[in-house]
Amino acid sequence: MNPSSTSSTREREETGLPMVPEAAEPVEEHKTSTSAVFTIRDLSVYYGGNIALKDVSLDIRPREITAIIGPSGCGKSTFIRCLNRMNDLIPGATVTGEVLYHGQNIYAPDVDPVAVRRRIGMVFQRPNPFPKSVYDNIAFGPRINGFKGNLDELVENSLRAAALWEEVKDKLKKSALNLSGGQQQRLCIARAIAVEPDVILMDEPASALDPIATVRIEDLMQELKKQYAIIIVTHNMQQAARVSERTAFLYTEVDEETSNRWGILVEHGETGLIFTRPKDKRTEDYVSGRFG
Amino acid sequence: MNLEINSSRPSARRLWTNRVATAGMAVAVALALIPVGLILYYITKNGLAAMSWGFLTEPTPFTFRRPGGGFLNGLIGTAIMVALATAASVPLGILAAIYLEEYGKRGWLAQLVRFFSDVMTGVPSVFVGLFVYTAFVLPFGFGAIMGAGALAIIMLPIVIRSAEEMLKLVPLELKHASFALGASKSQTVLRVVLPSALPGITTGVLLAVARAAGETAPLILTALGSLKVTTALIGEPISALPLLIFDGARNPFAAGQERAWAGALELLALVLIFTLLARIVAARSKISR
Repeated sequence: MNPSSTSSTREREETGLPMVPEAAEPVEEHKTSTSAVFTIRDLSVYYGGNIALKDVSLDIRPREITAIIGPSGCGKSTFIRCLNRMNDLIPGATVTGEVLYHGQNIYAPDVDPVAVRRRIGMVFQRPNPFPKSVYDNIAFGPRINGFKGNLDELVENSLRAAALWEEVKDKLKKSALNLSGGQQQRLCIARAIAVEPDVILMDEPASALDPIATVRIEDLMQELKKQYAIIIVTHNMQQAARVSERTAFLYTEVDEETSNRWGILVEHGETGLIFTRPKDKRTEDYVSGRFG
Repeated sequence: MNLEINSSRPSARRLWTNRVATAGMAVAVALALIPVGLILYYITKNGLAAMSWGFLTEPTPFTFRRPGGGFLNGLIGTAIMVALATAASVPLGILAAIYLEEYGKRGWLAQLVRFFSDVMTGVPSVFVGLFVYTAFVLPFGFGAIMGAGALAIIMLPIVIRSAEEMLKLVPLELKHASFALGASKSQTVLRVVLPSALPGITTGVLLAVARAAGETAPLILTALGSLKVTTALIGEPISALPLLIFDGARNPFAAGQERAWAGALELLALVLIFTLLARIVAARSKISR
């Protein structure tokens, strides 16, 4: 345990990422706070030599839910995976442009992607609990990060924050694979919370769930946004309209000659405006259900 | 359009094809089971007739003609050599498999290792014995270490390839989940990938152990065989159950043949007990459902 803990603290200092702001800030402050969690400038992604996402510029604010919508293949998942450097794991993927996290470019050469992922949590499309006990699933992140405090307490708090504690408190030692799909997804959210990030990325977190489980996840997001910035990719427009403060619409552009396709950011803004008074014709067509 | 359910009933011809195919498969399964059944039947029947407490606790007598005695010398030799071979080949094999699947992937070195472990799986075990004989037995003499070395060489490719297949089966989503929590590559491999693949890897290891426990030819060339009960690792020949079964079975005297049957039963039971134990341990190490 000890060697990993010392190395993790060392990495934090070396990479110099700004420390996560304390969770218990006054609630009033978040309404006036405009300092962006992410400032994304001219972000492009290439797979092999092919462009997949082109020149996206966007700000993500703290304690808000930002929804990323758009038709299939427009690069929504590619985009969100840039924010915690998960694209690094795909062979041949290259990222250009800047992703500033509290002002620091996470793609700067001296930044360790592992340190980035410790600060920015992610929840995937399909629930992916480890084949371990409920407890060990939550404790995984803190343990690898050399957590030294009261682990039982952290596990309980994380499960409470994910609205799962009451359902699993008697089966913490049982396999997480026995939980229902919705419970597994909330477990994955609790697991992400346990490493105390200040952003949670959600890549279509409810697309594999039934409507009741989906509502529970959405309610949970409303609770979580009091503390975290949440970015959610969804192809469900009603969901985007229900849960988010701000919405970004991505769309696929096609090169007529080479038939290459890539995603662009068409527009972004307050969710209400995007859905009622979009500036762009393509956004209007999409949100009014004319395609996609 | 005819929407009645029975309109879609299969034709008589399809029903008959189905029956013939099902019967054919049943016959094939029965045929495949006949040799296994016969082996188990004869070993159990003849083995039990010759089995006694003395057989388990006494060494082999000096002549085949003399009744009584047992295979204690072989039991100890097999235990020592298989244990040493397992201790050497399992960690090495699992590490190699982790390298192949997680680090080497399709690189030239990984492809080379994969190619040679495939070749090694197919190499007749007597060649392995000859190799150890010329390289180590000629200068240093027969011994348990030599036998264990030959068995380890036979086990290694089996462990590597079966462990690699099991590591391949670990879903990518699990690795991503681990990386997304800020785990490094080595943390992900040690704490997520390896534990998830462990039950499957155990099966592969068991296969390799069972194979090593039954090997005869390489041990003739490396351990030689001995009537003495010994635990020496080097400097003197040592026996093994397959060697004693081989000797007993090919001699003309009834007492020696009986001991060979009992030895076969002992070896069979040993492999079975070991398999069961490892399965139970693997199941225990998995968390309760």
